[in-house]
Amino acid sequence: MKPDMSVAIAGIKLRNPVMTASGTFGYGEEFSRYVDLESIGAFVTKGLSLRPRAGNPTPRIVETPGGMLNAIGLQNVGIEAFIAKKTSFLRSVNTPAIANFFGNTIDEYAELAGRLDAVPEVAGLEVNISCPNVKQGGIVFGTDPKCAADVVSACREATKKPLIVKLSPNVTDVVAMAKACVDAGADALSLINTLTGMAIDLDRRRPVLANITGGLSGPAIKPVALRMVWQVSRAVSVPVIGIGGIMNARDALEFILAGATAVQVGTASFINPGAAGEIAAGMEAWLADNGVADVRSLIGALEA
Amino acid sequence: MQFTSMILSNAEVSPGYWRMRMTAPQEFAAARPGQFVMVRVNGAIDPLLRRPFGVFDVGVHVPAQSGANPQPYLEMLYRVVGKGTAMLATLHETDLLDVLGPLGAGFDLGAPGEEKLIVGGGVGLAPLYLLAKELVKASPVRLFAGGRTRDDVLCITEFERLGVECYTATEDGSLGERGLVTSVLEQRLDAIGNRGTIFACGPHGMLNAVALIAKARGISCQVSLEGYMACGVGACLGCVAPGNGHSAETPDFRCVCVDGPVFEAGELKWRE
Repeated sequence: MKPDMSVAIAGIKLRNPVMTASGTFGYGEEFSRYVDLESIGAFVTKGLSLRPRAGNPTPRIVETPGGMLNAIGLQNVGIEAFIAKKTSFLRSVNTPAIANFFGNTIDEYAELAGRLDAVPEVAGLEVNISCPNVKQGGIVFGTDPKCAADVVSACREATKKPLIVKLSPNVTDVVAMAKACVDAGADALSLINTLTGMAIDLDRRRPVLANITGGLSGPAIKPVALRMVWQVSRAVSVPVIGIGGIMNARDALEFILAGATAVQVGTASFINPGAAGEIAAGMEAWLADNGVADVRSLIGALEA
Repeated sequence: MQFTSMILSNAEVSPGYWRMRMTAPQEFAAARPGQFVMVRVNGAIDPLLRRPFGVFDVGVHVPAQSGANPQPYLEMLYRVVGKGTAMLATLHETDLLDVLGPLGAGFDLGAPGEEKLIVGGGVGLAPLYLLAKELVKASPVRLFAGGRTRDDVLCITEFERLGVECYTATEDGSLGERGLVTSVLEQRLDAIGNRGTIFACGPHGMLNAVALIAKARGISCQVSLEGYMACGVGACLGCVAPGNGHSAETPDFRCVCVDGPVFEAGELKWRE
């Protein structure tokens, strides 16, 4: 029998638990020739800001063992161009689109949440309080529970759409951050964003990235992500979306067992543009092979 | 498109430089000069990312035995610079690779008849052979190939075989003129009165010099850029290059992978 793969995140119905992670899937259209977007649960746009952002100088990325560092600097077209140019594509696809966004101030966060609230093509919002690359941006909000709660409250007041808060792993106590965000009105949490790291070119005695530090992603961070998803999902009552180094269906199912209701695939899409669709299909095959009728029965079903 | 490719040959053509021929889908026959492929060197997570390589040549191999199907192939010319290319160099005939491509925008071949000046530095020659192959059909073509030593000047015989007149320069004087290939280019431009179209690929410093020469002399010039990229399809935004109008206030970044890798030199920002 065909397993039931559907899940719901804060009222958004997903045909399966596989989403694509912000910043790894453009605005959806870039990948439409490689992935049947209707084979995945949802996709998340590149992070949006009030005004277009240039991003950082190059080199912006470097490969590390089992991972990569990026310091793109949140380059994006800005909310105006997103609404004008990118939403017609979203309308053409029968898969929920989540808009990821970030601000430099609480007022900017609230304004963006309000603007996106009025966009019918956007099924839900994911607020980035955790990008480690921008010196005066999300880092401050994402590493202090009080600041994070203030951002989430302001966004909550500005939108009735489902509000997902994306958490940074670069904190002492991720559970405290998670609880603060849920208390402030988050409908769901996604974690983890990238871990701040750096790479050094020994012979040139220089950092490899122009920005010096960058965000580590890929298989190298999966154990950290699994641990944080497990800790957070036990501590909060809202759905958790697991992110961090998911390369295949087995990785994704490990996150579900750890307590995630859905997962996001990020770096894997860079290596294999069809990864998200293949992971969704692989999860369904694993369920069928193991006699699991409903993927929801695996959420948090870790035997520990 | 993404496909599994079988290596047909993989040989070192000069110390540290390798040429690989591999099977390609039928559609590859339509690959344009200047396009590239993203190659996964193994199925493991280290190295994690694909590696971008210019398409050196495409063709169809007709097997000797009758009844066997003609096999389209592509070739890459690559330099061993790190972990990924070192692994690539250890692969043999019949080994399989996961390939994405052809990707990106290729060269505009320009007006037939007028002189075409191709400038390549080191492994930057990689995407220029297929270009020369197309250009010689309609125009006189000259190649200006440079490198640190004679070992860094590659595949000149192949270009000569196409009927391309080749000029070489090396920094140590071991082949051709001693010095930079851009001086040889300038001599030729002086001789022909600043006509023609320039096509260049190589180290960024060389491209910068060629772009400034073309601008000063009012000559059309296309450059093919390299960039650190994760995806090759316009999503990671790792490989951007600043456009001509770029500033912090008015961001104008172009993706090397989808807007390029070939650009009109005038579209980009150069160090004056």
